[in-house]
Amino acid sequence: MTGLDRFLDTFVNLAVIAKYWPMVLDGLALTIELALAVVAAGLPLGLALALLRALQVRPLTWAIVAFADILRALPPIVVVVLLFFALPSAGLKLSGYQATWLSLALVLAAFAEEIFWAGIVATPKGQWDAARSTGLGFAQALAWVILPQALRMTIPPLTNRTIAVTKGTSLGVVVGVQEILTASLTAMDFAGNASPLLLGSLAYVLLFTPVVSASRWVEGRFAWKR
Amino acid sequence: MSTPLVLDVAGLRKSFGPVEVLKGVDLKVAARELVFVIGPSGSGKSTLLRCLNRLEEPSDGSIKLDGQDILAPGVDLNAMRRKIGMVFQAFNLYPHLTALGNVTLALRKVSGKSRAEADAIGTAALARVGLEEKAAAYPGALSGGQQQRVAIARALALEPKVMLFDEPTSALDPELVGSVLNVMRAMRESGQTMVVVSHEMAFARAAADRVLFMDQGLVVEQGTPAEIFGAPKSERLKAFLQRLRHEEA
Repeated sequence: MTGLDRFLDTFVNLAVIAKYWPMVLDGLALTIELALAVVAAGLPLGLALALLRALQVRPLTWAIVAFADILRALPPIVVVVLLFFALPSAGLKLSGYQATWLSLALVLAAFAEEIFWAGIVATPKGQWDAARSTGLGFAQALAWVILPQALRMTIPPLTNRTIAVTKGTSLGVVVGVQEILTASLTAMDFAGNASPLLLGSLAYVLLFTPVVSASRWVEGRFAWKR
Repeated sequence: MSTPLVLDVAGLRKSFGPVEVLKGVDLKVAARELVFVIGPSGSGKSTLLRCLNRLEEPSDGSIKLDGQDILAPGVDLNAMRRKIGMVFQAFNLYPHLTALGNVTLALRKVSGKSRAEADAIGTAALARVGLEEKAAAYPGALSGGQQQRVAIARALALEPKVMLFDEPTSALDPELVGSVLNVMRAMRESGQTMVVVSHEMAFARAAADRVLFMDQGLVVEQGTPAEIFGAPKSERLKAFLQRLRHEEA
């Protein structure tokens, strides 16, 4: 056996691939489900926190900043492990899936809050002046004048961050969630062959490449009209 | 004065931290009057305007709009602001809305008009500033002068009791200033009450009923344009006018 043959046999073994691709496909389905759940919870929570921060009530602001700073500082895997292994002793038992979902949703919310907040702050103060001078209230000015501009500015950093955090679904491997990585590793064990890893990688590319292109389309779509 | 006062400001003070920017300003504006405010930068002109609709919160003093104390506790701030139009140096148009969208936003969200009603009022307001055909254009596609006229239409559409202009032409290229001043002149002729902070002295001479000269947070001198520009009394006003002439020469 030449080196190349050995490499192909280990990593691109068609027999192994044929046998184990359904397992990895199940992992892909679970990853998609988990990622959607993370985005569905993380982005609205981040936006809600940024809006609350816009009220500029001191204790509230401090709490939000502390939340955002801590969750951005911690490696996501630490959050996953903490929620999964530490919460049961506090009487709250989460499944691996729930712990991964909650961790990533919180981390995404922390980053999203900072990004939304940056967008609100970066919207020129004159926009508030104009809106308020025509009689729009605080909430109305925020909703109709500030947010539409802030959200446009936040789309590129937000899509980047969303992709980065949802890739963290692979952290489910440490708490036994059968997502892509766990499924690939399990299949690898069963087969005594590394080819399922190639399948796993393919699954990630398949999942995130369309997301990246979609985000590029969204950014173009929301550029300022002239 | 026999005509009723639209604005009656007395003893207005405003401090930013330890710095007192307004040190007791009195200002009476009658209906249909155009009052011009001049003065060196940092004299408190813009702060005065921004206090009049409480974009800045005055530290002390009283402001009455049509006889109503707008600093009273519990006053409906948003209803009050609807009666005071404001035009800014930087236009502050909403970049995500068309010209018509800019003009109709407050009509729909604050005055509660239907889209059709608001569009009719907004189109009429744009026509008044000569930009009816730009209704569908976004601010990014308009020149500075056009943007400022849309901003004027946005304020006009709410039929304010008084319009405040905060250096409306300072950010414009010289050749675009005229189009904005023409609109302001037409508004004055239609009887709109206006308070204008500006450095357009020629416009002040031609169109103002009264000119206030502010310096260091106080109204130092006021009178007709002929009095202020022709026969200044205070040394500070004389020095200010001298500097202006020097710059213009």
